[in-house]
Amino acid sequence: MNNPLVENYFRMDKLPHIWCPGCGHGIIMSAIARAIEKSGLDKDKVCIVSGIGCSSRAPGYMDFNTLHTTHGRALAFATGVKLANPELEVIVIAGDGDLSAIGGNHLIHAARRNINLTTICFNNNIYGMTGGQYSPTTATGDKGTTAPYGNIDRPFDITQLAAGAGATYAAKATVYHVNQLQKYIEAAIDHKGFSMVEAVSVCPTYYGRKNKKGSAVDMMNWLKDSFVDMKIAEKMPEKAVGKFIMGEYVNKVEPEYTELYDQVIERLKR
Amino acid sequence: MSKVIKFLQGNEACVEGALMAGMRFYSGYPITPSTEIAELSSEKLPKVGGKFIQMEDEIAGIAAAIGASLTGKKAMTATSGPGFSLKQENIGYATIAEIPLVVVNVQRGGPSTGLPTSPGQGDVMQAKWGTHGDHPVICLTPDSVKETFDLTIRAFNLAEKYRTPVILLTDEITGHMREKIEIPDVSELEIYNRIVPEAGDDYKAYHVDDGDIVPKMAPFGGGFRYHVTGLMHDETGFPSNSTQNADVLIKRLMGKIEDNKEDIITYEAYETEDAEYLILSYGGTARTAKAAVKKLRAEGIKVGLFRLITVWPFPEEQVRALSEQVKDILVAELNFGQIKLEVERVVKGNANVRLCGKANGEILTPEELIKAFKEVL
Amino acid sequence: MSDQLELRLSGSGGQGLITAGIILAEAAIRDQKNAIQTQSYGPEARGGASKAEVIISNEAIDFPKVTIPNMTFALTQVAANKYISDVSKDGTVIVDDSIELPEGIVAKHIYKLPIIEAARNDVGKEIVANIIALGVIVELTKIVTKESLEAAIMARIPKGTETLNQMALQKGYELANQSK
Repeated sequence: MNNPLVENYFRMDKLPHIWCPGCGHGIIMSAIARAIEKSGLDKDKVCIVSGIGCSSRAPGYMDFNTLHTTHGRALAFATGVKLANPELEVIVIAGDGDLSAIGGNHLIHAARRNINLTTICFNNNIYGMTGGQYSPTTATGDKGTTAPYGNIDRPFDITQLAAGAGATYAAKATVYHVNQLQKYIEAAIDHKGFSMVEAVSVCPTYYGRKNKKGSAVDMMNWLKDSFVDMKIAEKMPEKAVGKFIMGEYVNKVEPEYTELYDQVIERLKR
Repeated sequence: MSKVIKFLQGNEACVEGALMAGMRFYSGYPITPSTEIAELSSEKLPKVGGKFIQMEDEIAGIAAAIGASLTGKKAMTATSGPGFSLKQENIGYATIAEIPLVVVNVQRGGPSTGLPTSPGQGDVMQAKWGTHGDHPVICLTPDSVKETFDLTIRAFNLAEKYRTPVILLTDEITGHMREKIEIPDVSELEIYNRIVPEAGDDYKAYHVDDGDIVPKMAPFGGGFRYHVTGLMHDETGFPSNSTQNADVLIKRLMGKIEDNKEDIITYEAYETEDAEYLILSYGGTARTAKAAVKKLRAEGIKVGLFRLITVWPFPEEQVRALSEQVKDILVAELNFGQIKLEVERVVKGNANVRLCGKANGEILTPEELIKAFKEVL
Repeated sequence: MSDQLELRLSGSGGQGLITAGIILAEAAIRDQKNAIQTQSYGPEARGGASKAEVIISNEAIDFPKVTIPNMTFALTQVAANKYISDVSKDGTVIVDDSIELPEGIVAKHIYKLPIIEAARNDVGKEIVANIIALGVIVELTKIVTKESLEAAIMARIPKGTETLNQMALQKGYELANQSK
């Protein structure tokens, strides 16, 4: 059972994790660890910040400077960490509710500032920790414990939301397409500026059961069949009909916030 | 080193004090009547290599300051009424996670949007109980521009020493008033910095070493990879559902303040030695009280002033001792008796306790207070 | 407390009377006295009338607000209607000569001087009306020394405007002397 990645990047004594069997979050967490390994970051200089929810427990298992904050506020805490010490590589882990409902204001403003934070959204389309209430990414018509007659809200596309707010890197992949997901997380870590990767996850326990989506395997197969790579969709639009698009939505270079602030400090020295 | 004489607003003196105490990070959101604190911080911090950021809301304002404090920087946020309400959850976070932080609340008239440009003192109980759950609180309140400077430094010192958020509760009176202030040289000041662990230690982030008051605090990025959470945690810092652990932690948090009250509590006792009557007040209102006491003394009435400088923890022993000496205690405050209740609790019927209070945005005048006082004669 | 002087300067927002109040207080501090300055805030200060209050004393100043002013000053009619009438009976009222004094106002000295006109026509910039006002006030009341006033003005004004402000101050002294 010796796995160097796990031994290197995880707190062995804190495992096993609390996530349900079939939950997609472990796949994202390991993709983050592999991406950090690939990026060659110094563990002491990595800070992982989370809010509240299922995904937000991830930092507790990961052997870095880890900060488990209040619901929705991970990006605000992370902004303080990063601005106070820009040497740190700050990665934010947040669920769909955490990031786009209670923390939505922080998401759009972190993106607008283009501060060098890497945000990984664990999107399982539901509030899992509290037992299956509908979230801002629950599809219209789907059920949750607070949408017993079907959700009448329209869902957010979190990747497009971040892109629209000014994120200079925004990508989407699923826990089924894990290699692609890892590639995007690597790119997001290497990217200078605000980056967001939406990792579409699965919650068989609540979302799956409430909406009769079958087993965890069925839900993974659904991801396989429902998402099409952006490049394929561009070449063969007929393949994208009725599908979700994954890929790099935005990847551009713009001035980064902490560097701009440092320039102000330098200017004042003269 | 020479002293510098300036003519400053209380809000400006707060920033001067913060910088001398070592503030290197400020995050906040504009709100009247505290905004000058943000404005001056934005001007001064980058000049000393510090950072200022205007966040998207009040909640983010305190959250970013907590994040910055974790990297080893001394951090502050300032707000008023409605913003203080919004910051409460994260005040609790900084309390349980033991993160040094200064939160300034320049009180205005409330509730809600209330009277944005007028003074109030209606947040004294919120300062104690605003965040949910049982928790200790350190809260200081100045009555002048100079004391705003001094107490801002003290707030940073106490935050660092006890690893806790410290609330500096000023008001629109002292915040906006300009007064003469002598700014001392930094070498004359006592500045306290958090104790950091030595490299190579077997670091347990929430273990209190023998002889220490609080756990040593490693900066994020300093080579100690540890975990910080708002959940109940054990001495390693990791979440624990154990009621036994929770009991140890909450008692330690309460105890570190309760057991050090003598170090934390300061007050001013003015003309109390032979006093038969007492006026108790704090913040900007205490100036009215002092003027009233001077006038009453000139009439030959033996009245003294007890002025809270530390509001929380409350100077119970001192007030109780005075209650055994005087016949009557008149509490002067810009609310409907928040501290009066506390005084009543503490004096246990030793003395009559009365209130001279209002919350309409006006400050109490010495004449009003004298009139209320004389009802007892 | 008997030697305490309470002053109120008022006008419309942007006329620089809050700055004038701060300068007066700073001049008092240069004279080794204590001083406190407060002002109106918010909507009150933006439209309509704004005011600055200054208390000067040889002793500690406890209560920070003006109760019965020894001197009131107004540059606009709106401010005069609101802020000058509660002057002490043995006090001084100074207003711009465009102002019609509120009925029933009682004071030992009442001066109406062409401050705004002097700023506009003699100095050439209406913005220095507040400095002319300071010259008038100090020449008429001697609440601070001229040396301290000049030093306090020079410390507050933007660089490059020294000559202009010096002219305005002299104009203020002159207006006051003409009215004596």
